[in-house]
Amino acid sequence: MTQTAIKDLLYKMGDDALILGHRNSEWTGIGPTLEEDIAFSSMAQDKLGHALACYTILHEHLGEPNPDTITFGRTAQDFRCSHLVAIPTTDYEIALVRHFLYDHAEILRYQLLQQSTFRPLAQLATKIKGELKYHVLHADTWIKQLGNANDETAQMRLQTALNELWAYALGIFEPSEHEALLQTEGVFVGEAKLQDSWYESIKHILTQTNLQIPSIETTPIYGGRKAYPSEHLAPLLQEMASVYQLDPTAEW
Amino acid sequence: MNPQENDILTALYAVKDPEIPTISVVDLGIITNIHCENGMAQITMTPTFTACPAIKILQEEVKNAAEALDFVEQASVMIDYSTPWTSDRITDIGREQIKAHGLATPARLNGKEADIDTIANTNCPHCGSAETSLNILFGPTLCRSMHYCYHCKQAFEAFKPI
Repeated sequence: MTQTAIKDLLYKMGDDALILGHRNSEWTGIGPTLEEDIAFSSMAQDKLGHALACYTILHEHLGEPNPDTITFGRTAQDFRCSHLVAIPTTDYEIALVRHFLYDHAEILRYQLLQQSTFRPLAQLATKIKGELKYHVLHADTWIKQLGNANDETAQMRLQTALNELWAYALGIFEPSEHEALLQTEGVFVGEAKLQDSWYESIKHILTQTNLQIPSIETTPIYGGRKAYPSEHLAPLLQEMASVYQLDPTAEW
Repeated sequence: MNPQENDILTALYAVKDPEIPTISVVDLGIITNIHCENGMAQITMTPTFTACPAIKILQEEVKNAAEALDFVEQASVMIDYSTPWTSDRITDIGREQIKAHGLATPARLNGKEADIDTIANTNCPHCGSAETSLNILFGPTLCRSMHYCYHCKQAFEAFKPI
C-alpha cells in the first residue's frame, strides 16, 4: 500500500521534471539572448537528470521498468505530470513565469523530502535541492528585473503570463488518494502543506515587483496527476519518443 | 582502509574528470567508498550533478583503473547518493587543479546554501582581482557559472559552489 503511494509520488515528480525539461530544451539555439539560451538549456539538462534519478529509484527499489522504458514507452494517459509543464512554450514570458512558479514548488518539495522515511528519496532530495537553488535564483533574478522594469510592455506581458498560468500552477498541488498514508508513514507532508509554503515563497518575490498576485482561491486545473493529461502532452511525447519508437529494442 | 584499498585509491588519482582534465576523481571528492576483498573491488561514487554526462565515462574509467592492478580480479563501481556531493568535498590540491584549468574555485559553504552574493563574489582566476561581476548562473557545463573581470577585461568561468 505504502509502495503504491511512493510510486505515485515518484512518477509525478519524475514526469514533471521530464516534461518541463523537454519544454526548456526547446530554447536551445533560439533563446532571446545567448545567456538565456544557455540557462534554459542547462536547466533542461538538470531536469532530465532529476527525472532520471526519480525513475532510477522506481526501477531499482520499486520494481518498475528501466528508466528508458518509463520515459519513452508510456502513453499520455500513463503520465502523472501537471498540466502546467506540458503547456507549449509560445513565448519567453510563458517559459519564465512557468519556470518561476514551478521551481519554487519543486525546491520546497525536495527540501521537505529530506526528512522522508523513504531513504533513497531523502538522499536524492539532499542532492537535488542544491541544484534547484540555481534554478530558483535564476527565476527570481529575472522576475524581479522585468517585474520592476520601467517598461509597460514588459510588465504587461509578465502579468498576462502570470494570470494565464496561475490556475495551472495551482494544479501542481492536486492531491492524490494517498495523501494521508504518505503523511502517516512519514514519506511526505502532503500537497496542501507544500502549496502553503509555495504561496509564501512566491509572494515574497512577487511583492518586490509591480506584479499583482492572482487569487489563491482560483479554481486549480487538476487532472494531470490522475490520468487526465493535458491535451498538449500526447503531441509532445510523440515527438520526444519518435526515434525510440522506430525500434524500441535497439541497443544504443 | 587495508593496503590493497589504499593502492586502489592511489591508482584512482590517475583518473581525471573529462571536463576538467587537470583534476582527479579523488581530489574532486566523488569517490565515497572503496572496499577490496579476495580480488573483488567495490567502489562507490557520487555524481557532482545529477545530470552530469561524464559520470558514465568516469564509472568505466574507475573500473578499468582498479582492474589494471594485479590483485584486482574484478571491480564494480556503484553510483549512489548516500554521501551527497558538495563542492566542499574538493580537496585543497583539487582546488589548485581547478585553477590550473583556468577556472575560479567555488567558495566554501560549510553546510550553508549558496546565495547570489556567494556566487558573485569570485576572484578572477587569471589576475586574482576581486573586481568581477556575475554574468550568468549557468555555463558550458552544469558545474560552471560565467563571470567578467574588470581588471583584465576578460570573461572567465567559475566552478559553482553547491
